[in-house]
Parts: sequence; C-alpha cells; structure tokens
Amino acid sequence: MYLYSLTLQQATGVVCATNGNFIGGKSQEIVVARGKVLDLIRPDENGKIQTVHSVEVFGAIRSLAQFRLTGSQKDYIVVGSDSGRIVILEYNKEKNVFDKIHQETFGKSGCRRIVPGQYLAVDPKGRAVMIAACEKQKLVYVLNRDTAARLTISSPLEAHKSHTDSTGQAANDAQKHLTFYELDLGLNHVSRKWSEAIDNGANMLVTVPGGADGPSGVLVCAENFVIYKNQGHPDVRAVIPRRADLPAERGVLIVSAATHKQKSMFFFLLQTEYGDVFKVTLEHDNDHVTELKVKYFDTMPVTAAMCVLKTGFLFAASEFGNHALYQFKAIGDDVDVESSSATLMETDEGFQPVFFQPRGLKNLVRIDQVESLMPVMDMKVFNLFEEETPQIFTLCGRGPRSSLRILRPGLAISEMAQSPLPGVPSAVWTVKKNVNDEFDAYIVVSFANATLVLSIGENVEEVSDSGFLDTTPSLAVSLLGDDSLMQVHPNGIRHIREDGRINEWRTPGKRTIVKVASNRLQVVIALSGGELIYFEIDMTGQLMEVEKHEMSGDVACLDIAPVPEGRQRSRFLAVGSYDNTIRILSLDPDDCMQILSVQSVSSPPESLLLLEVQASVGGEDGADHPASVFLNAGLQNGVLFRTVVDMVTGQLSDTRSRFLGLRAPKLFSAIVRGRRAMLCLSSRPWLGYIHQGHFLLTPLSYETLEYAASFSSDQCAEGVVAVAGDALRVFTIERLGESFNETAIPLRYTPRKFVLHPKKKSLVIIESDQGAFTAEEREAARKECLEAAGMGENGNGNVGQMENGADEEERDDPLSDEQYGYPKAESEKWVSCIRVLDARAANTTTCLLELQDNEAAFSLCTVNFHDKEYGTLLAVGTAKGLQFWPKRGFTAGYIHIYRFVEDGKSLELLHKTQVDGVPLALCQFQGRLLAGIGQVLRLYDLGKRRLLRKCENKLFPNTIVSIQTYRDRIYVGDMQEFYVDAKRLAEASKRPGNKSFHYCKYRRDENQLYIFADDSVPRWLTASHHIDFDTMAGADKFGNVYFVRLPQDVSDEIEEDPTGGKIKWEQGKLNGAPNKVEEIVQFHVGDVVTCLQKASLIPGGGDCIIYGTVMGSLGALLAFTSREDVDFFSHLEMHMRQEHPPLCGRDHMAYRSAYFPVKDVIDGDLCEQFPTLPMDLQRKIADELDRTPGEILKKLEDIRNKII
Amino acid sequence: MQASDRFNINSQLEHLQAKHVGTGHADLNRFEWAVNIQRDSYASYVGHYPILAYFAIAENESIVRERYNFMQVCNSCNPNHDG
Repeated sequence: MYLYSLTLQQATGVVCATNGNFIGGKSQEIVVARGKVLDLIRPDENGKIQTVHSVEVFGAIRSLAQFRLTGSQKDYIVVGSDSGRIVILEYNKEKNVFDKIHQETFGKSGCRRIVPGQYLAVDPKGRAVMIAACEKQKLVYVLNRDTAARLTISSPLEAHKSHTDSTGQAANDAQKHLTFYELDLGLNHVSRKWSEAIDNGANMLVTVPGGADGPSGVLVCAENFVIYKNQGHPDVRAVIPRRADLPAERGVLIVSAATHKQKSMFFFLLQTEYGDVFKVTLEHDNDHVTELKVKYFDTMPVTAAMCVLKTGFLFAASEFGNHALYQFKAIGDDVDVESSSATLMETDEGFQPVFFQPRGLKNLVRIDQVESLMPVMDMKVFNLFEEETPQIFTLCGRGPRSSLRILRPGLAISEMAQSPLPGVPSAVWTVKKNVNDEFDAYIVVSFANATLVLSIGENVEEVSDSGFLDTTPSLAVSLLGDDSLMQVHPNGIRHIREDGRINEWRTPGKRTIVKVASNRLQVVIALSGGELIYFEIDMTGQLMEVEKHEMSGDVACLDIAPVPEGRQRSRFLAVGSYDNTIRILSLDPDDCMQILSVQSVSSPPESLLLLEVQASVGGEDGADHPASVFLNAGLQNGVLFRTVVDMVTGQLSDTRSRFLGLRAPKLFSAIVRGRRAMLCLSSRPWLGYIHQGHFLLTPLSYETLEYAASFSSDQCAEGVVAVAGDALRVFTIERLGESFNETAIPLRYTPRKFVLHPKKKSLVIIESDQGAFTAEEREAARKECLEAAGMGENGNGNVGQMENGADEEERDDPLSDEQYGYPKAESEKWVSCIRVLDARAANTTTCLLELQDNEAAFSLCTVNFHDKEYGTLLAVGTAKGLQFWPKRGFTAGYIHIYRFVEDGKSLELLHKTQVDGVPLALCQFQGRLLAGIGQVLRLYDLGKRRLLRKCENKLFPNTIVSIQTYRDRIYVGDMQEFYVDAKRLAEASKRPGNKSFHYCKYRRDENQLYIFADDSVPRWLTASHHIDFDTMAGADKFGNVYFVRLPQDVSDEIEEDPTGGKIKWEQGKLNGAPNKVEEIVQFHVGDVVTCLQKASLIPGGGDCIIYGTVMGSLGALLAFTSREDVDFFSHLEMHMRQEHPPLCGRDHMAYRSAYFPVKDVIDGDLCEQFPTLPMDLQRKIADELDRTPGEILKKLEDIRNKII
Repeated sequence: MQASDRFNINSQLEHLQAKHVGTGHADLNRFEWAVNIQRDSYASYVGHYPILAYFAIAENESIVRERYNFMQVCNSCNPNHDG
C-alpha cells in the first residue's frame, strides 16, 4: 500500500511570533511559526489579519528572532529549528517568498540537549546573534554587510565553557545563573563578562533598551517575581500581583512578553499563565533604575506570543484556541492595582503578595479573531446534515475556550445584503460608467419580461434615467469602449453613449439573439438558428459589424476573453454547440471567424469562460512566466471541463474535468485579490482562483445561486452580487486559501471524546478538566466577586444559562470564562460533564450532566445489549480523583450506563459499576460491552443493578486506550506509557512484550478472550483506527502515523484454524502473541496526531484517512490506486527533495523519518511546492520525468481533487 | 604503543565525553545513566512544541508551565553539574 499524504488544513496554533518590517516600507508585519509552517501575516486597513505568505518548512521551528542592520529599511528573520543549522531569511516582496540568505550548519539535527536552536538572542543593533541549546552550547554569529550591502555572517564563535551548564536564556542548574556575554568585535571573541546567581524560578528574560533609550540590562521573569538586573547594579525586584482566588501554593509564571518602544518612553507587557497582562515600567535616572512597577493592564486568553505593533495593535497568539488582534485604547495610565519595587515588603514567609481582581478589558479592544482549531481532541467525519459533502466534527480547545467545530469543505462567505425583488430574476450584471471608475455604477437585473436598473451610491435604489430599455429582458449588460454602455436584448443591441445618445442595432427579420459574448471592444452575438455576428468598436466609438458566420446548429454558449493590455482585440472566440463540441474561432482580421480547433466534450456545454491562469509565482507583472489561458466549460452533466488554449495557434490541449454538482455549472468572472477569478454556479457555488501559485477550485458555503456578477463599491471592494429565488444578494468571500469553514459551538470543559447516536442524530460529548472548580462553586465565587464589585444584579443567572449562553454573555458579561479562564483549583480536583447535543435542532444542548465528587469522564460508547430491553444505551467510563503527579493514582473507576430518554435528547442513569481501574476504552462487542481497564480487557453484560463480568484477559502490557471490533476480532491499542526510572528499570525490562497493537479474538463456546497477534514495536499510542480486517492505523505521541497489517497467510491460517490460533497462544512463546503484525506504512507527521478516521470528503470519492493534530491541523492519507501514479509521485518527490530542499535547512527525508524510516508514503505537501519553483527548475524536473510542467500541475490537481 | 600514549588516548576520550554531553562513559553508574536519559527526553519534549502542548492539555496547565517544569526537573536531578 502506498499513500499520498496531504495537509488539508495547515496548523492553526502558534509556537512563536516576532514582528518587524519584513516587507520593507512603513508597514509592520508579523512572522508566525506554527510548528512546521512559517507564516507572514499583517493586519490590513480594516484591522483584519491577512496572511501574506505561508510556507511549510518540513522541520520543527523552535524560535524566531528579527534583526535589522543599521541603516537598513528592512528586517531579517533568524530561525532556530531542529535542523542543526542557523537560517537567516528575508522576505522577497516581488516573488512573495522567503529567500534563504544564509544557512550555516553547526550541529546534529533533531531537538537535542546540546544542539543549539532552542533559544535565540539578537543584538539590538543587529551586529550579532546568539543561538543556544537547553544545555551548555551557545554559538555567536557576527552579522555584517559586504561592499554590495549584502548580509554576511561569520563563522561561529563558541560562547560555552566546557563543563558549564548555563544557557544564554535561562540558566538551568541546581542554582540558576544569569550570565552576560560580550562580543568583542575587534578581537572577534566572546567572553563571559559577568555571571550571577538568580532566583531559581527564573524562566524568561526580556531585554531592556539601552543606550539613549533606557538603562539597558534585562528583566528576569521568575515565578512570582520580575527582577531587573544589570552588571554592577543592585537587583530591583517586584512581585507579580496575584488573582485573589488563586490557591496559595500556586506560583505565577510569566508566559509571554512584548516590548513597546517609542522615542520618549518604553514599557513591557508581560502575561501570566492565568491570562493577566501586566504593564511593567522602569523609573530610571540615566543608567540607574530606581523603581520597577508592575501594573495590572488587562486580561486575555493565555498567549504563546504577543506582538505590539507600531500602529497601535496587539497581536495575541493564543496557546490554545482562537488568536486575537487587539487595538490599544489606552496604555494603562489610569490608576490600577500595582506592585512596585519601592513598596516590596519582606516578611517571615517571604515577600508580601499583592492581590487584584480581574476586570473587563479597559485598555484593549478586540477587533479581529483568527480561528484556531488547536488542539483537535477528537474528530469524526459524517454527513449528519445530509448535505452534498460530509461534515467534519472536531472537538477543539481547552477549558472554557473549548468548542465543537463543524467544518465543511469550502470558503466562508459573509453576506453584506439581501433584498427581495419584485419577481424572480433570471440574471444580474454590474456595470461601471467609465473604464477608469473604481466602483460599479449600476446593478442591472433581468426578469422574464423586464429589466430593472439599480444605481449604486449611498443606497442602492431603482433609477429610470440610465438609458437602459426596461420593457424587455436583457441578455447582457456591459461597459463598451471607454465610457458607453451596452444592453443586449433578444431583439437587438442598445448602445448608450456617454452623452446620452442611443444607437440601436436591430436583428434582421424575426430572428432573435440567443447568446452574447463581449469584452470592452468586441461583441459577438449568436442569433437563433446558429448565425454568429461579430462587432467591434471603431475609432469613433461606434459599434460596427465586422463579420458573420453561420454555425451548423444553434449556439449553446459563447465567450471572449478580455482585451489583453495594449492590444486592439482579444484573439479567440469560444463557441459551444449542442452537438457536444466546443470550437475556438479566430477574431483576427486576417482569418476572421475561421475555426482554429474543435474539442468534443461528454455533454452539451452550458457556459464558457476563458480565464488566464498564472500558475507560477513570478514577478508582479508575470513577465518571466507567461500565463496560460484556460477555456473553462460547464457541461450539462454537472462537470467543469478545463483545457489550455494555445495563445498562438488556438489549439486546445491538456484537458481536466471535475464534477461540481447536479446542475450544469454556469461560469462567471469575478475579481479576487485584484485578479480575475471564476465563479461556477452548480448545485452549490464554487470559486476558482489562484492562491500562492496554485489554481484552487473550492466550494463556497452558500446556497444555490442562479446568476452572479462581480461587485465593487466603496463599502465592499471585491464582492459578488447574485440572484437566487426572488432575492438579490451581495456577499464577499473570506479567508481565501483555507479549505474549510467552520461553525463553532461553545463547550464547558476540555472535550475528550464524542459519539453519535446512530438513530437520533444527536452527539454525546464528554468533557473534563483537571484542577478546576465545579459549576456551583464557580457560580458562588462569581456572585461573591460581582457583589464585591457592586454589580450583584448581573450574577443571578443559573448554571445552565451561564454555560450555554456563553456567546451572548461575552458582550455584556464583565467576567466571561472564555476571556478569563476558570479559577484554578488544586490539581486533584476534577470537573466533568456529559453533554447531549441535538444536531437537528440547530445544535442546541438538550442535556448536560455535571459529574460530582471529582469524577471525570474519559471514555464513552453507545451499546446495544442482547436483551434489547432498553435499546441503545450509553456507557461512560470515569475515574474519581485521578492523579498524574507525583505518581499516577486514582480513588476509583466507574462505568456508568445511561439510557436515552425524550427521543434521544436526554440521558437517565441506569446504574454505575465500580471497576478496579480507569476505563479508558469502551466498545460494543456482540451485544456486550468490552472495557479496557488498565492492563485488563474485560467483557461485561448488562445486569439489573450493575454490569456483570463475563470474561477477561489480563495480559496487556500497560494501559488499554483503544478498542475496536470487526466481526469476531478485537483490536486493542495500548498506551505504553511507562516511566523509566532507575529503580523500576529492571522491572520494566522484564515485562512481557511492550507493544502497541494487539489483535484478539473471543471464543464464545469457551468464553475466552485471547491475543493471537501483536505489534513488535513499543509505541506511545495517541490515536488508532481500524482500516480493514487485517489492518490498523495508529499514531504515536512523537508525531508518527503508521499502519500495521497481519500478513495474509497468517490471517487465513487463523481464520481456518478451528481453534482460531488458540493453541499457539497457549504455548505462550515469543514473549507475547504467537503472530506478529507487519508495519506497512510509516510516516512522521511532525505533530501529535490525536484522531484518525477513514472517510471520504467528496461525494463519490474513495476513502482516505483523515487525521487531526494537537496544533490544529487536518491532513489526509490517500491510497494510490495505480502503480504508475506511485512511480510518478515518488520520482517527483525525489526531484523536489534534491532541487528544493526545505526552507529551514532540515533534510526532508530525515524529517519524515525522524523516529522510524519513512515507508511507502509520498509527501504531497512537498510535491505541491512544485508550482512555487522557478520556471527553469520546473522544466528541468519535468524533463527528468518525461512530462511538461503543465502535466505535473495537472497531476497534482487531480490527486488533490480525489481527496477534497 | 607506549604507556604515555594510552594515557593520552584516555584523556582524549575524557575530553570528548565532556564535550558531548550525555554520551556516557565506562564508569557511568546506573543513576547517572538514567538521569542522562531523562534529560534527553525532557530536552526533546521542550524542543517539540506539539508534545509540550499535549502534556499541557493532560495536566491542564499552560504550555510555558510545562516547559518550566521539565527544565526544572531535568536539571534538579543532576547533582554533580557545576555552574
């Protein structure tokens, strides 16, 4: 089996971020690392975050820093990754790529103890960069420029002393030290200038501006304290204020920091692990710091990185959940809770803490949100809403910010207006008055027997002085020449000149016009009977008939491309006929109306569109990469047919087709990011556009539309106006480049798992959180706190209201949990709930059971027991008082059995059975319940008062985390989490078989569960899925996905053996099961995969494996169906590896084989970088593969279309 | 081969082992060996952000707190490391 791996949705979480002027000029941008993806983003004029560029680097990015050479206008990016190399990048605006300026190897690859890459520090003047490891190693590179003003980098200077262990960032030792290093540029030598012991809780350093701007030195952020330190300067220490409700034993740790520097002042924003942001200021007298003040600023969700932009924005990259862009309203000059070094009080128990109460946002206001799925906890794909394509249900987020997100393949749209019309319209156009106008002047709507003209201004209103004929339907309306308008109606062409003169061309005899195609200078009409008449605008602006041509039959559709820049006319006319052909006709004066080529298609074409596609990234003008013109045809059988038109000969080649929907696609041109794009209206609308060098055809999440036109006004620069039913709609398309749009439903705690009630179509979700208070306790505390703040009237909402109405409350509630997080409780406290969500009724929660007494739910399944008395029941596995640290333990484990009542909308507890471990896996099996409880796999039957044990097998290595069944086989996955410490090592090595997957069988006659095959590799399993009778897919903690398969002969033998391989099992040899499964697929995803499922995302498509990861990405693995494709893609991958090594210096093959050698998986993400290569490289690779670059692009497109 | 050479090789070896932290040596005791492995593991967790996030979800702590704990544990279990 060979698989093609493709990321469907890039990771949405953020590892680190840095801001600067990367494009050059005045604007500020942010570079964001999302694990293996590097993004350049910026807020646009409307304060919306836009992605400028995104690139997968095939390596783990661990740190980012930005620097600028003196006198330069532009910032460079230094990347610390797992490649064992330092990489300096520059953003290239012309090509929209990151250029690798320098790449210097310094050590081994991988995230190792002493290989630098974890920490980066840059000289404020951009003279040097230090890159350090967790332990010991620190290297300094001197940055300079050569005579041609290019950046140069020196060979590395070692800053580490042998036998030392302090890092440049935070010295981690029995006693932590802070060390200052000095680089002597003259001697080219790094010296340890000064070193001093610091607080052992130190975890972060923030540079304090020096020289003319400030006192220099650093802020050491430690647990509970912020300390200012500098050489030869006494420590200045202030406590970090604590939330009043924080348990006393918990410290306060700073998680992220941002510095804002202006000419006259500077301050720091530090965020604590509870989400509170503090403004830190230094009172200083030249180089002497007199006071350090830490003032409460605002509270927002915990971030992984914060960036303060010069334009007054704060970008907050959340560690889990959606990211946000805030605008500063104030900079915290008002009076607020403040701790200061001057008022620091030391008592017998340590320093006196300062307390505060979080409040609503005062200094910041949120203006944009960027959706993030991080972390995806569980995922299922099914077509619950009975739409054309299945939906992906994901459980995302953590704690109060968790949500159920329903993802649908397609782009999100935002509707700007919807207005009813006095009838059912058949078509709509927009038209400008003058070619130089920025915005459209009229919207023209055609009905069966009339035409309505709306003028666009402050309001959209009907006008009658436009010159358009309103008593007839229209066939086309457009701008003609520079400033005249044209209306084509069945009986003629009405040409409205700028001065109001109207020229009317009438059809000869009783013939009517059936189809029209036009651009600014050319018009072609098709009369009934199949006659084509071609007009051109002459020098005086008159519409002149040029040529006639008789077609063999009626014309189905026509199209002309827009006039190319600097040309007189567009050269080609495309004509579709009912005899299933499309012809290209010439419009050149020499061979006017000659047929240049004919293409036959599978069904009569309904609509045509000539679209220029610039597949490669080139210069802005595209001069070095000639774009190719595609002829797009929507056929009556619902297929979109695309073929390349040769610009010189008009020959058609390289055809592609794709099924879009049940209706014949109608094609319209629209403007997306200033370029022409294609709207296809089938049973759902699609958009074909260019995104980062790829032509993407994605569905829009919108209802069926009849007719559409691009729309541009001052409220909406790039919109679409469309008609559907009797309404006119105006909408814009958002978040281009994303493959999914999402609907989020808020949840209460970290979601763990969910199941679907098969018949009632409701979802049952279990949520649990460690170290949090129950809803009642929270409510009580909240009331108290609101009363204290004098807002008691707001706190009377009951529990259910508080949780379910989280969305409404967000606006008026000063203390929404989503923004502030739950108050922290002791780590042995657990809260948990079971939720039933009715998908049919707008996803409302119909039942919410909060578990009591530190019980937390970890597993669930639906089960139909033999006796069918209750029908489908719900089994939930819970643990009471679960503890991970210092030793794993629990008070009790239970299996709850619930009955669905009220038509599956609610749950009723039948009984609760105590078990001797934590049931982490439950599964129905032959009318009974299988439970994985620690090392035991047990079969239960339903009793009146409790579950009854029927059979068990205790021979599993550690903790069973997944059970799947198929026919009489049971597939068990084991967590394999054992702790290697010296004392238990000997014991651990004696334990039989540390394997991840076990294949079991149940013999009913002997009532015995036995393992007949298992895996040979220990794995820390995080997700598993049953693929077929012999095959399982699994994912481990280190980010690998693998498939195991029982060899065919072994499988047959077991099936034929009357004892089912039991005899062999009883012999108990081979340290485990008698048979071993084989690993057939191996792939390093580079992200912890938390869920796997076999599903098909397109109607009628084959199955692929969909996975979701902790960083919030979704990917797919598609099995190849032909050997030829495998050969092609593995060769393409090989050439891509050679010609286009990953950006951050990690070797691609080494990355994909980080833990186990990659086996039989072709990396589609690398292959899809092919269009971003320079044209000559593309040609070179294509030659090696005996194909043209176009064919390779087509192959890539085809395989993507098989997945999504 | 002379005695002084052998001594030399030994000292070279020692130097190498000191240079490449975590490689171990002939006189390594069981505790040191286990500590080395732990430090390797924790350094790897700290370097791989998704794994940190995975632990953070399990323990309901912030990612930075997890990283801090790992760095702290990783270093406190090493008694004979000088500054």
